[in-house]
Amino acid sequence: MPDALPTTGATRALRTAPRPGQEHVAQPLTEDLGAVDAVRTQDAPAGFWREAWRGMRRRPLFWVSGALIVLVLLVAAFPGLFTSIDPRTCALSDALDPARAGHVFGFDRQGCDIFSRTMHGARASLTVGVLTTLLVTVVGTVAGALAGYLGGWADTLLARVTDIFFAIPLVLAAIVIMSLASTRTALTVALVLASFGWPPIARIARGTVMSVKNDEFVTAARSLGMGRAGILVRHVLPNSAAPIIVYATVALGTFIVAEATLSFLGIGLPPSVVSWGGDISQAQGAIRTDPEILLYPAGALALTVLGFIMMGDVVRDALDPKARTR
Amino acid sequence: MRTRRLTVLTALGLSGALALTACASGGDDGGSDTATADAGGGVVTVHNGEPQNPLIPTMTNEVYGGMVVQNLFAGLVYYDAEGAVHNEVAESIESDDNLTWTITIADGWTFSDGTDVTAESFAKAWDYGAALDNKQSLSYFFEPIAGFSYDEDVSLIEAGGLVVEDDSTLVVTLSQPESDFPIRLGYAAFFPLPEAFFEDPEAFGEAPVGNGPYMLDSWEHDSSITLLPNPEYTGERTPQNAGLELIAYTDEDSAYNDLLGGQLDIIKNVPSSAFATFEDELEGRSANQPAAVIQVLTVPQWLPEFQGEAGQLRRQAVSHAINRAEVTETIFSGSRTPATDFTSPVIDGWTEDIPGNDVLDYDAELAVDLWAQAEALAPVGDYTLQIASNADSDHQTWVDAVCNNIRTVLEIGCEFYPYPTFDEYLDARDAGAVPGLFRGGWQADYPAMSNFLGPLYGTGAGSNDGQWSNAAFDAKLAEANGADSPEDAVALYLEAEAILFEELPGIPLWYNNATGGWADTVEDVEFGWDSDPILYQVTKSE
Amino acid sequence: MRWYIGRRVLQVIPVFLGATLLLYALVFLRPGDPVLALGGERGLPEAVQEQIRAEFHLDEPFLVQYLLYLKGIVTLDLGVTFTGREVTEVIAQALPVTFQLALMALLIEAVLGVGFGLLAGMRKGGLFDSSVLVLSLLVIAVPTFVVGFVLQIVVGVQLGWLPITAGRDPDVVSLLMPATVLAATSFAYVLRLTRTSVQESLSADFVRTARAKGLSRAQVTGRHVLRNSLIPVVTFLGADLGALMGGAIVTEGIFNIHGVGGTLFDAITRGENVTVVSLTTVLVLVYIVANLAVDLLYAALDPRIRYA
Repeated sequence: MPDALPTTGATRALRTAPRPGQEHVAQPLTEDLGAVDAVRTQDAPAGFWREAWRGMRRRPLFWVSGALIVLVLLVAAFPGLFTSIDPRTCALSDALDPARAGHVFGFDRQGCDIFSRTMHGARASLTVGVLTTLLVTVVGTVAGALAGYLGGWADTLLARVTDIFFAIPLVLAAIVIMSLASTRTALTVALVLASFGWPPIARIARGTVMSVKNDEFVTAARSLGMGRAGILVRHVLPNSAAPIIVYATVALGTFIVAEATLSFLGIGLPPSVVSWGGDISQAQGAIRTDPEILLYPAGALALTVLGFIMMGDVVRDALDPKARTR
Repeated sequence: MRTRRLTVLTALGLSGALALTACASGGDDGGSDTATADAGGGVVTVHNGEPQNPLIPTMTNEVYGGMVVQNLFAGLVYYDAEGAVHNEVAESIESDDNLTWTITIADGWTFSDGTDVTAESFAKAWDYGAALDNKQSLSYFFEPIAGFSYDEDVSLIEAGGLVVEDDSTLVVTLSQPESDFPIRLGYAAFFPLPEAFFEDPEAFGEAPVGNGPYMLDSWEHDSSITLLPNPEYTGERTPQNAGLELIAYTDEDSAYNDLLGGQLDIIKNVPSSAFATFEDELEGRSANQPAAVIQVLTVPQWLPEFQGEAGQLRRQAVSHAINRAEVTETIFSGSRTPATDFTSPVIDGWTEDIPGNDVLDYDAELAVDLWAQAEALAPVGDYTLQIASNADSDHQTWVDAVCNNIRTVLEIGCEFYPYPTFDEYLDARDAGAVPGLFRGGWQADYPAMSNFLGPLYGTGAGSNDGQWSNAAFDAKLAEANGADSPEDAVALYLEAEAILFEELPGIPLWYNNATGGWADTVEDVEFGWDSDPILYQVTKSE
Repeated sequence: MRWYIGRRVLQVIPVFLGATLLLYALVFLRPGDPVLALGGERGLPEAVQEQIRAEFHLDEPFLVQYLLYLKGIVTLDLGVTFTGREVTEVIAQALPVTFQLALMALLIEAVLGVGFGLLAGMRKGGLFDSSVLVLSLLVIAVPTFVVGFVLQIVVGVQLGWLPITAGRDPDVVSLLMPATVLAATSFAYVLRLTRTSVQESLSADFVRTARAKGLSRAQVTGRHVLRNSLIPVVTFLGADLGALMGGAIVTEGIFNIHGVGGTLFDAITRGENVTVVSLTTVLVLVYIVANLAVDLLYAALDPRIRYA
């Protein structure tokens, strides 16, 4: 393989000095055209995903948000590393006391250590948030993408099924499902939220897929002989991924908060489970006098959501060829 | 392109249709004809809720409808702020044996539609309330009257329990002596009804006609109820204002915020979020006084670990482990008063010295000791106590606090067990399926000791949810009910309470205070023994 | 196109049946016995309970109850609530104010969300973009019941700028705060969706072409970028309408609005199935209409989308 352009004279050195009577109109070239346009033929071939990974790695935002997410996951998995105080050992005499040595966030209405509760609450809240988002994204994307891509009967059927699920009030479903479950865990809450939270993603996926499937590159892939399934997975989906990812990262935050609202309405996680949502809901009662006890669980929640949203931005940029900045 | 344009037009048309529907029917008229004040100042706006039943006295088993009905009707007697009983429509209520009561109706009483209030108005109303086929929620109030039945549809008049001798004399025969029968007669169940009711009960439920200080002007569902002074009223409780507007709120916090912002005159229940601040924020225009409401932890008889001698010790241990003073101060900011008995401080005859009530004192060491003794007799080992309640109310916070006490002192587990809805909770309770202690609150129907004791702890009584039964207690109650004088009765009720302290079918926690507030637009606001504001005496300048 | 609309209208019927069947199943599965709660803490006598159960057909098997319900829909006789009010009256009262509230919220989140998202997308990485990120975070992380409560106290009570509650006289001014609270979380979705789509569009070839043709930035944005970015946003807005109408429980409670959300929640807690199912049926119809509008808008926004 030649590693330079064929000699047509294009590589001969250009004059850098103007002849008498002439002026430079454009900047003289300072680099070798051949070098600029050379093909790096010895490099390993890069697939779509490898390219994406390389793109992500280069961005500082990826590392920042990655670190944040890892930190949050660490807290969720091993809260004992961060605090040795039992979140459920509470002395009423300490209620609403300000921060002091060994209790950096102070105490809540029951006299429980807020720092400890925030650390321990991560697990339940993250389980609800991450699990629900995963379920919702997978189910919704599959349903919506198939509907949008296949069109015709499949679209009609799936879209109508989506409509049916849209109509059910979340509260009703929550009451029924939570009551039928023998034990109420983060998993149950996740299932409840997921079973009625998937329609919006399905609709978004359907909409984007519908607009992408008529793009030129899809026609090109068809003419190259790719199968429909292949096109869907390898071309259409990555190009429609952006809004889905965006929606999913925002949804993660709202699902964690939804757990708080369910607790507020009395149908959330049982009180024996420590969660940010439960703490936010309880802090509501003291909001007129001690609004700061709300800030800690809400702040932890905000940081987690921030991490996922930033990571979502990075992933979306990496996956979506149209969003690549030059 | 025609297709494109058609699409856009259709889409816009659909959206437009949706919008127009909203705008056309939105901006609904919510205003009723507000009362023009003749004499007596302005219309007082009061926080209430939407009545859950038609406004028929014997159907009114909840506080929102109750507030309306209490002001629309006048009964044989009424209760003042302290709970003392005064004759209203009755001139006299007499009996020699506490079994047969002769009630004389005073002259000159009429309903707001002009018809007379006679003995028959009462008799027919009570008859209607008691009859099974009429499905009235408060029918159980007529249980003491001879002839009453839960199984078949009877008429008390025909059975002889109620006899109308003439227009102003009603004779009531009970199935057993009840010394406090006259005290009960101020309760909504015993209000009279005009003929208009019997002609069309359904219409009456929407637009009731009563003989009380106020009459109904309008009822805007889920919005407000307006009451105007009743010109036909001839009693002592003459309204000092130009009327009442009872606004329906679903949330106490929004009512309280309205009060702070000058959009509401009186709030009858301060929300728990404001317990710590309302007295300062309202600059003294607030009430925080004991009322006839008590909160009890019922210990059901179906829990094996609380049965027998070991069970007795455990009940006492749990009671000693709860630091009531700390909980009422910290969680309730003083809007609850630690309980020292099973009734309420506003009830006649209440005393702090009942033998055995030291079981309500906080004593961590004693609690641990008692639990250990119980373990020696019938061990349960690694135990988790559950305290159940319905979750659709603000109970989690205090249950958590009580559980924290129990957990710390006794070193056992303790969890709040919430039922998502009220009826599920009732279902489990009635079926004897609740896996732990449960909250047993009680709000007195009338200001008498018997009301706190009989319905809750009598064998098979309507609200004896823990299914406790004690022959000695029943006998003592019967004795008290048949006592000659109210003072004798009180002494016997106190003895009955001593039995309760020995057995602890429930663990008294605290008395709920009446917490209310009012704006600077109104004066002469007073809260009564039942924690409701006394509305007829409220004045409001124009 | 006419065929398409016609077919969609016909499809309303199976969706309606499917949704109501699923709904009825959920309601049927609801544990507990609502008649027990009718008597308050003290309960009603057994015989009375039996009578009420018979009156509301609560003892009948599932299919019988469902068919009775369908009959009621067709004859527009939706039954009576436990308190004796006609269900049609309950719906007629709750629906208009909720509609108004939801449309106002939709407008707020659409205008603000698209506007901010557009600016953030065009100035990616700038200060505006970061501030907008923080704003959307705040709005997501703080639950509605906190936002609403705080706003009510600060704006309503302390500053007095807007009415504190909207119960008595729900007009546009008094619904402004509740609509904003309601729109808050959705605003974050709309904002981020718009931002993403705008970023994508800006780096597309047709934008370069348009600029090369000499169109100003504003013209490019308005005519090309916005329209191409709006598909996911429009999808979300269409989906949100129904959610706003049925899910505004907390907001309605705080601002004392007696709308569909609060009524529905009360009915669910009380086990008043007649109201639950009837109200949700109305919501189903709203969803269907909104989705149809959205689907038609797709075709208007993106000429590549065609309906057979």
